[in-house]
Amino acid sequence: MTDPRIPVTEDELHAYIDNELPAERRGDVEAWLSTHPDDAERVRSWREMAEALHARYDSVADEPVPPRLSIDRLAQQPRKWMYGAIAATLAAFIAGGGTGWLARGAAASPSMFQNFTVDALDAHKLYVVEVRHPVEVPGSERAHLQQWLTKRCGWDVRAPELGATGLKLVGGRLLPGPTGPASFLMYESASGERFTVYTARAKTETTQMRYVKQDNDGALFWADNGVGYVVSGGSDRDRLTQVARLVYDQTEKTGG
Amino acid sequence: MIPALRRYARALTRDADTADDLVQDTLVRALRSERLFLGGDVRSWLYTILTNLNKNRRRSLARRPQFMPLLDNNPDASGTEAEGRDIARALATLVEEQRSVLLLVMLEGLSYREVADIQGVPIGTIMSRLARARAHVKAAIEGERPALRRVK
Repeated sequence: MTDPRIPVTEDELHAYIDNELPAERRGDVEAWLSTHPDDAERVRSWREMAEALHARYDSVADEPVPPRLSIDRLAQQPRKWMYGAIAATLAAFIAGGGTGWLARGAAASPSMFQNFTVDALDAHKLYVVEVRHPVEVPGSERAHLQQWLTKRCGWDVRAPELGATGLKLVGGRLLPGPTGPASFLMYESASGERFTVYTARAKTETTQMRYVKQDNDGALFWADNGVGYVVSGGSDRDRLTQVARLVYDQTEKTGG
Repeated sequence: MIPALRRYARALTRDADTADDLVQDTLVRALRSERLFLGGDVRSWLYTILTNLNKNRRRSLARRPQFMPLLDNNPDASGTEAEGRDIARALATLVEEQRSVLLLVMLEGLSYREVADIQGVPIGTIMSRLARARAHVKAAIEGERPALRRVK
């Protein structure tokens, strides 16, 4: 039993029409509405809004599903257009990102470390939105990817296993970093959430983990044995920390 | 499930082609990562993928010049035409997270808990987004109606 004299809150009004209110409180809200015409008017307007939404959009659900959305068809040939031509990726990279990297090199920066964190976040933003060509080498070729990036970068590049946080390696690419090549690895969860791990040569030997946020993206960065790491993701800092911890633990074990 | 995803995508993007592109990408991604699906509700999972993909799409659009549709290009509105346009236009004025919450709760009938999981935020955040979205849409619709009458 609840006390009908307890005033009904705004949240309760919403919960009432969304059927989220505990059953024992419904009667109280109905009694409240009968004596509070302003609130009753609002609740009525929300109902009308729901009706208008259904009137406008239910017809979409009644349409026949277009052939291109047929599951059978999509299941048959997903690979063909998922990892398209490397050439197209390169072209997109040169057209979209190449000039940006050069332009930023000319501008003086306060600190190398900050600078490459910005590079890493920019790369993160640039590539996480890619549906078809997010990486140069797919995660299915993990051994080749690690070997190639290690050779080009000059330090041991290992793609950490992030399965414990629900993330799978999408793949990686080589990027121009502030003092030479940088490696860039992308991970993805089953729901499409993406994280990237960027490494570049750092002047600082070893630092603590630090956090930086830009718009809707966040990054945790640190240096270890002369290699800087930047783990970038969304704005959820706890989730980012969880992922970065896992990266950190594995790089530490392999000796950076 | 596909009809409901298409309805949500259409209301979210207000463009038929963009909406079906989103649904297609969502399905491809779901098929590709079915091994990553750890159980739970498939429906919520698909809504989550679609919501994330749309967020990514909008972020990539944000870096380019904006081309806004001059008109709602979906003349297939049932109900009265004016009513359909009102609600579509009011939706267009919402910020992304609020539009998504409003549609998932009011159009797709998901629970607060499910929407909180989809957006990856606490239930309290969902409730405040929903309250703000409803207030905003109400104001947008009421602000628009008198103007329409005057034109007639």
